[in-house]
Amino acid sequence: MTSNAAILHAESLYVTFPDGDLGLRVLEDISFDVKANEFVCIVGPSGCGKTTLLRVLGGLLEPSRGAVIFEGQALARPRRRIGFVFQESNLMPWRSTVDNICLPLEITGASPEFIRKRCEELIDLVGLVGFEESLPRDLSGGMAQRVAIARALAHQPDLLLMDEPFGQLDALTRERMGTELLRIWEASKSTVVMVTHSISEAVLLADRVLVLSARPASIVLDLSVRLTRPRSLELTYTRRFGDLAAKVRGAIQST
Amino acid sequence: MLRGSFMAIWEHRSKSVSGARNGKRQIRYALWTIPLSILSAYLLWEAASRWSGLPAFILPAPAAVARRLWAALQDGSLLRHTSTTLAEILGGLSLGFIFATSLGYLLAKSKTVERILSPYIVASQSIPVVAIAPLLVIWFGPGRISKVMISALIVFFPILINTIVGVRSVPQDLYDLMRSLRATRWQIFTKLEIPAAMPVLLGGLKIGATLSVIGAVVGELVGADQGLGFLINVGRGVYDTTLVYVAVITLVVLALTLFTFVAALEWWFLRWREPPAGY
Repeated sequence: MTSNAAILHAESLYVTFPDGDLGLRVLEDISFDVKANEFVCIVGPSGCGKTTLLRVLGGLLEPSRGAVIFEGQALARPRRRIGFVFQESNLMPWRSTVDNICLPLEITGASPEFIRKRCEELIDLVGLVGFEESLPRDLSGGMAQRVAIARALAHQPDLLLMDEPFGQLDALTRERMGTELLRIWEASKSTVVMVTHSISEAVLLADRVLVLSARPASIVLDLSVRLTRPRSLELTYTRRFGDLAAKVRGAIQST
Repeated sequence: MLRGSFMAIWEHRSKSVSGARNGKRQIRYALWTIPLSILSAYLLWEAASRWSGLPAFILPAPAAVARRLWAALQDGSLLRHTSTTLAEILGGLSLGFIFATSLGYLLAKSKTVERILSPYIVASQSIPVVAIAPLLVIWFGPGRISKVMISALIVFFPILINTIVGVRSVPQDLYDLMRSLRATRWQIFTKLEIPAAMPVLLGGLKIGATLSVIGAVVGELVGADQGLGFLINVGRGVYDTTLVYVAVITLVVLALTLFTFVAALEWWFLRWREPPAGY
């Protein structure tokens, strides 16, 4: 697959939840493409249906109308080629760091030697050396989220869907995790679709920012972020960054 | 008294699993509190039997009970009756546990099954097991099976409820994670549902362990030719109060051992649990 091909295609997605006579319209006519190796951020007012959209893209929720095409095939149920990072780290509290990370490999039935090797790589990649045997209760929020990211990458999915992965973290940890994520993304060569409610986070991380309107959500802005990579936090002080962030903010406020 | 301090220790230990140092301190603490508790109970009993003026067939002296205990151990009768009761307890607890967890899982997973069965389950709980114990003895005979049945019945409900609560408490996000990985039903069951429901499940087993002893003894009191409940009946019949004491003390030891075993199981399985604030 060439890097320009669309790995994910959303075709006029509608989602209506049963509620009253008319139903609760959550998503309305959402269409977009995600290219391979692209980093796409989805922002929008809170409660607009960002999480719902992500669940549809991952095959966890069937759209009321429309379709998701993933790697050329209609998506009717979850695929292992799609990895998930949830809002809260969503780790299994009875499993240690390594055991949480290797869960996807256990489920896909990889050999123990492969699991051990892959786990070592991942622990190294997300910077958790020395915490292999720690339980989630002993990890800080940032560390738990690193475990969650490592777990999502374990079986080398082509697409990573992230639902406000840093939403529960404090501002400083959040900034650091953002740049960490960029490094991990560049190293793992995957495609990322990430939901966030932070405009600066979206602009800093993404190749493209999609802005959703208030419910029922539709796309009000599809902004390409042509800032050079690798990106660092200093970028946020530049004029270009400020202009892009202002555009996104304007689009959110206009809805 | 002994039982109280034991429970407190286990409650405490199961909560403060994180600090090994804390645990060691608890054990050292127990090393002198338990003998102290036994000693004071003994002194109180001795004093009461000596100075209360009650006749020995109402309140026998500790030494008399000890002699009776020794005699019952010597002729092997105590061991025989204890092993009968223990077999009934373990049989009842296992049977009740297996049925309660299987049905509980089904009820937790299926609204339809729950709607159909829950009225009967709730209704069945309004019948005191003690009241239908004679019926079960008629049905299953005076042997061990009727006691296993009574014990299983009494254990069933708390374990059933705890299973339902436990399975329902599994976070939806973890189900989503398993679904996104295309985990099979079996993988979801073994890797998610069982460990996630374990805390509540073991809580049910703990209650069940205590109740199973009650069930077995009630069955034996109603009609049996062996077991500690039978021994109590015999002792009462011939006014051998010391024998009743021996049987009751043996039951207490049995119940405590069982409870401690389940508590140890809980401690082992739930080492991952967050110690609550304040410990």
